[in-house]
Amino acid sequence: MDSQLLRDLKSLLGSEAVLHRPEELMLYEYDGSVEVARPNCVVFPRTTADVLAIVKLANQYQTPLVGRGAGTGLSGGALARKGGILAVFSRMNRILEIDIENQRATVQPGVVNADLSAAVANAGLHFAPDPSSQKACTIGGNVSENSGGPHTLAYGVTTNHVLSLEAVLPTGELIRIGSSALDSPGYDLLGLFVGSEGTLALITEITVKLTRLPEAVKTLLAIFDTLDDTTETVVDITARGITPAACEMLDGWTLRAVEAYVHAGFPLDCAAVLLLEVDGVAEAVQQHAEEVADICRAHHAREVRVARDARERDLLWKGRKNAFGAVGRLSPTYYVQDGVIPRTKLPATLRRINEIGVKYGFQIGNIFHAGDGNLHPLILFDARDEAQFRGVVAAADEIIQFCIEMGGSITGEHGVGMEKDRLMPLLFSEADLDVMRNVRAAFNPQGLLNPDKIFPSKKGCGEIHVRPLPLAGAPSA
Amino acid sequence: MTSSAISPNVTSRLSEIVGAANVASDFAQLATYEIDRKLPAAAVRPGSGEEVAEIVEFAASEKLALVPTGARTKLGIGYAPSRYDLALDTTRLNKVIAYDPGDLTLSVEAGVPLAKLAQVLAEHRQFLPLPVPFVNRTTVGGLIAAGVDSPLRQFYGTARDFLLGMEYVTGEGVAAKSGGRVVKNVTGYDIHKLMIGALGTLGVITRVNFKTFPMPLATRGCIARFATAENALDMRHRIAQSALTPLTMEIVSPGVAELFGSDAATRYERAPMPANVISNNEWALTTGYAGNEQVLDRYAKDLQSMAKESGTTGVTILAEKLPPAWARKREFIPIALASSPATTIVKMSVLPMRMKEALAAAQRAAESNNLRWAAMARGLGIIYFAILPSDHTEEYRQQVANATSEMQQGCAKLAGHATIPWAPAQWKNTLQIWGPARPDAAQMQKIKSVFDPQNILSPDRFASPL
Ligand SMILES: Cc1cc2nc3c(=O)[nH]c(=O)nc-3n(C[C@H](O)[C@H](O)[C@H](O)COP(=O)(O)OP(=O)(O)OC[C@H]3O[C@@H](n4cnc5c(N)ncnc54)[C@H](O)[C@@H]3O)c2cc1C
Repeated sequence: MDSQLLRDLKSLLGSEAVLHRPEELMLYEYDGSVEVARPNCVVFPRTTADVLAIVKLANQYQTPLVGRGAGTGLSGGALARKGGILAVFSRMNRILEIDIENQRATVQPGVVNADLSAAVANAGLHFAPDPSSQKACTIGGNVSENSGGPHTLAYGVTTNHVLSLEAVLPTGELIRIGSSALDSPGYDLLGLFVGSEGTLALITEITVKLTRLPEAVKTLLAIFDTLDDTTETVVDITARGITPAACEMLDGWTLRAVEAYVHAGFPLDCAAVLLLEVDGVAEAVQQHAEEVADICRAHHAREVRVARDARERDLLWKGRKNAFGAVGRLSPTYYVQDGVIPRTKLPATLRRINEIGVKYGFQIGNIFHAGDGNLHPLILFDARDEAQFRGVVAAADEIIQFCIEMGGSITGEHGVGMEKDRLMPLLFSEADLDVMRNVRAAFNPQGLLNPDKIFPSKKGCGEIHVRPLPLAGAPSA
Repeated sequence: MTSSAISPNVTSRLSEIVGAANVASDFAQLATYEIDRKLPAAAVRPGSGEEVAEIVEFAASEKLALVPTGARTKLGIGYAPSRYDLALDTTRLNKVIAYDPGDLTLSVEAGVPLAKLAQVLAEHRQFLPLPVPFVNRTTVGGLIAAGVDSPLRQFYGTARDFLLGMEYVTGEGVAAKSGGRVVKNVTGYDIHKLMIGALGTLGVITRVNFKTFPMPLATRGCIARFATAENALDMRHRIAQSALTPLTMEIVSPGVAELFGSDAATRYERAPMPANVISNNEWALTTGYAGNEQVLDRYAKDLQSMAKESGTTGVTILAEKLPPAWARKREFIPIALASSPATTIVKMSVLPMRMKEALAAAQRAAESNNLRWAAMARGLGIIYFAILPSDHTEEYRQQVANATSEMQQGCAKLAGHATIPWAPAQWKNTLQIWGPARPDAAQMQKIKSVFDPQNILSPDRFASPL
């Protein structure tokens, strides 16, 4: 890295806000995915003015620049694929304004998702998008990935809750899009920027909607002896027009891993469970819970447990939200896929995933947002073994291929990043991708910001990069 | 009327693409494609997305300006196109491509009438929560491009919240798509969101994918009447802070009862308006809600007591199905348009707690300019303020220009914004249809240049500064 650039960054931000020694950079080679890429330096802006100045320097030195929140992303979005400056937003973590009456909050991008909900809980409100990583991930990361969570099924994903952004374009322009009042006139730039995976701008401020907490909640655990019964139950719940607040599935193998870690009282000998939640006004919740339980029983649920109190409810959710961590204890590395399928195709798809696991000789765990058809097969493998890594990629590709054949998609919430860019042509034509590339070029003309993400490079696509991989470790939360 | 002229070669080339029967160039037919007194030189009705792409590619090569049209109920929104050579009529794109009731997803061509779709979905007790203005005529593509909202946004959001993907043709004639057909998806940029409300200035929408919704169980409504807007808004705030999540919530001003009871109103909803539910000299807060019997009882009870706490002068609970009052809320804009020869509709957006000041400012602006008015406000902070002059005179024009400008300044002071989606054609150039210049105008221009570098798609409907 240009030592003059380092000096400029240090004089701008102070030397404690600039990392560049190899041992300091190691932590930032990784995110939650299996990808690796090392930045040349890491900087910690504190203000929008810092961000503007960093962008100007990146331009001056023609150095790639990548934004990063908590680094929990699962598609390599926050990795400096081409090196350069990694701007970490963890010190821009102030909640700037909470407006209880209008149900709005304005935050800096580094605010941790769960911290915002905690800050407004007393007023009976919360920030509805609730990724399982919510105790670690940042709202800036959520906005960039358009993240979902277990309660997305009823409450919508991040894009449904963001009203306005302040951002710095890679050209150095400071922009503000959207507005805290609804229906900002003109083109829906906000809809474009949310979910653009850090490829259009660095986000410096976010205004979101706050949602009222429901008056009543019931959490159910339905236990099944076959996978087919479990998936058929999801199909039936959907077809009958019942929208639970959450409908998560954990298969038996994952459940056993989770139980050993969390001790939530999950049954150890079943094929799968559904973790279901219904919420709303008390009079509706009782009835919906009964309807959901009846459907589970009609599909041979062995048992339907209803959480008796907040403690039991929290324990069930703890099991769900810590599942990746639990699996991380069992295998040196796991690879999480994020395919989506139409919900009627769940039974066929889970059968197929099992077959693929057997074919390639991998243990695949399934823990996912069943209610919206968003799969998360976790493929366990040892990254130190290159042959295994190739096998995992092949198995994962086969799963994705099947999702696409079912009319689905390659990512429901984790993003394309540097992991699935080469799969984009499976869904999109060159014309589709060119329009998107042109949109990127309109805001990020030199491609300095987060280069080589989302879009496959035009030449030599299809090639798979194999590198030594990190041990999985259990990501926090 | 002005109309553009094109060479006979153009019509013959268009005929090659879509067949002569689907190209119109005689005056009588073209008159039906009028936008603010401008007529196109030809209207062309493609039968497929491929034909749309061919037409746009041809138009781009000839630099012909083109306006995509659906049922032509919302072409009055915004400025008139500065050039208008071709109307690209999408109504032959009227196929339901796929409907999977079990997955609650739907894929349709852009020209499908919403009413036809409603029938298909109703067979499976599903629906699209889009009761937008002119609901019985509007096409899916048209309502998306127009970016209109509906009373049901209170609960379901706007089309943006349940649009899953789209196929479109850019101003260079490139057919492309974004999104997909599953209910959760983050693959690639959400280009389809840009097309919502873009008034056909970025692309021709050819196909849209939606999430569908189960039809709610029994629905009922509650109408509470109040002496002042302040009282009605007080009830709005109580509901917002309660556990209730009504499907619709609108506040209507004095004068709306007369509009809703008019002959014009029965054109949009035949069933007569029930007597005495809203009164012509009072404000009213109307909500619709759904659920099982116990839920309905709970809502009725809670809403009645909230109404009392807010000082109601009377509450009516409307039992059974969606009552006519609802249809009229949906059609507030068409009814207002039909109620005066020069109706001007200001759409004001402010934070919910600022609605009181916004309404008061608007009322002052109208009354100090001697203008008749009526308003409907959505609980989420959107106010449709209809100004109802009795003529097109220069005097009225001046008064309307003054009043709307005062409203726009008033909203800006409240950190909100106001646009004028509907106004008489001959007045538009003297009004700030889209409000004062916006700070993100330069970013919008970047988008426009990507999709339509030659500015042939609905040029300048989005107006200054675009
Ligand atoms: C255990 C675990 C569970 C998870 N569960 C879920 C889940 O349920 N649902 C879900 O959707 N995801 C889930 N994820 C994925 C991940 O947590 C989300 O994508 C999250 O939103 C990422 O936030 P982050 O702060 O870690 O962002 P990072 O990983 O740091 O960054 C993600 C992307 O955002 C960009 N970015 C970050 N901040 C900015 C900024 N200020 N300006 C511009 N770009 C920026 C980065 O460049 C990158 O492209 C999970 C991950 C883990 C490890």
